[in-house]
Amino acid sequence: MDLIIDITLLTFLGITALAINRIDKLFCIIMLSGIYSLLCASLFVTMDAVDVAFTEAAVGTGIVTVLLLSTIGATDTQQRSAPHRPLLALLMVCTTGAILIYGTMDMPAFGDPEAPIHQHVAPRYINESLHEVGPPNIVTSILASYRGIDTLGETVVIFTAGLSVVGLIGFRGMQKFGDRKRAAGITRDDMDEHLVLRIIIKMFIPLILLFALYVQFHGDYGPGGGFQAGVIFASGFIFYTLMYGLDKAMQVMPPRVLGYIGALGVLIYGGVGVTTMLLGGNFLDYNVLMHEPLHGQHLGIFLIELGIGITVFSIMLLIFFAFSSRKGLRQ
Amino acid sequence: MIGITHIYAGACLALLAIMGVTIFRAILGPSAFDRVMAVNMFGTKTVLLLSLLGFLSGRPDFLDIALVYALVNFLSTIAILRFFEGRTPADEKVDVSDAAQDVNPASTEE
Amino acid sequence: MEIMLNWISALSIGMGVFLGVTGAVGIFRLPNFFTRLHAASVTDSGCAFLILFGLMLQSGLTIPTVKLCFILIFFLISSPTATHALAKTALDCGAEPTPHPHEER
Repeated sequence: MDLIIDITLLTFLGITALAINRIDKLFCIIMLSGIYSLLCASLFVTMDAVDVAFTEAAVGTGIVTVLLLSTIGATDTQQRSAPHRPLLALLMVCTTGAILIYGTMDMPAFGDPEAPIHQHVAPRYINESLHEVGPPNIVTSILASYRGIDTLGETVVIFTAGLSVVGLIGFRGMQKFGDRKRAAGITRDDMDEHLVLRIIIKMFIPLILLFALYVQFHGDYGPGGGFQAGVIFASGFIFYTLMYGLDKAMQVMPPRVLGYIGALGVLIYGGVGVTTMLLGGNFLDYNVLMHEPLHGQHLGIFLIELGIGITVFSIMLLIFFAFSSRKGLRQ
Repeated sequence: MIGITHIYAGACLALLAIMGVTIFRAILGPSAFDRVMAVNMFGTKTVLLLSLLGFLSGRPDFLDIALVYALVNFLSTIAILRFFEGRTPADEKVDVSDAAQDVNPASTEE
Repeated sequence: MEIMLNWISALSIGMGVFLGVTGAVGIFRLPNFFTRLHAASVTDSGCAFLILFGLMLQSGLTIPTVKLCFILIFFLISSPTATHALAKTALDCGAEPTPHPHEER
């Protein structure tokens, strides 16, 4: 039964990928990539990787579709045709792919528990995680405690992405859009035009934000955690922006404040690490945070998940504002 | 006697078939709206497939993921429709078949 | 009691699957965008409701039932809204609600 589902989903994935390759209308490609992302997330679920599926769903289908739409709103909707037929590139790619496939013949079977990679740290994590760290969700304990410094790196990468977007587009560029709309007196009054959508979405936004908070704090017990919660929180604000307009959304949440909030998240994360060093332990060693090691781990994981969630939310929203205000400047 | 797990398995297979037809419509669909509708329907079917898979394998954790999918599916549908709105004013009749996708957006604004 | 619940669940999921297949045939065969949209909306509301209802009966009074209830309510509200939004935007952008006499597929 699992085999049939896996084979079917992979076939759909292949068909979608081929279609994305052959079609050259960018809007259609964005639609198909939404389907691709949903298929990937289903495959992750059949492979029992629920946290990854969660993140793929929230980011791949929601945020990426919205960002890509903002992008093609500012550029062309037709892919430019290649000036030559890239036969040499095709040959190189096929040769490299064949060599890689030949290299995988020596690897152990997919998911084999006797594989060498599963013999060193994995048994330690699986056996000791409940005693040493505490949360029932081993993924959270690995992400937040055993490999906390890698997660700090990921959070800083997200923050850097936000920095580069702000560096390229600038807070003044985003603010100019809002000022321009207000100065020209453009209040596109679609209050009556989209009454149904406005009311429904107004009803949903608080529930979405509440669900994001649930995902944030429930990451210890089920799939969830800081990344997914930040993305869902940003999705709530994106809903607001879609219905009420970019200028009102930037009044609710000014881009500069988003920049400060993003920095605050990384500061919380790094601050926990420095605090543990000041209290006598290693960097990001949560055992020294409280009297008992398990309580210290719990507090440490709570704080850094908060930092991750705050940073991810603010940077996602900042990037969305930046892209959408570019499109607005052309109108 | 057919157990309830067989019903789940049968429903999963039927949902996979429906998803196949939906992908077909997304690739073929002569107009852009056909594709948006297909993606929306695909998202709904994915939610149902995940709920059934969760019950089939005995792990109800998957329902959190199903809830998130329902949410982001709705978000992306609304986003696409606002995208259409921003590009074609209401008083300009635009042909939404594939041929119209070749039009440079700069020529439809102002 | 459990056998009756199993039967009702099976019936509900079966009917849901039937509606889903009907919707799929509809979006494959019907000639116009608006007719296809109608077929898809049958799937989104009817099929989703019946399958989720069948699953709710199976899981008793636990947390998964509450989550299924949330998903159900969300679908009941958001699917018709999405259909409405799609139809409205398509109409505003000029898609024809009635097929021309010479339109084939």
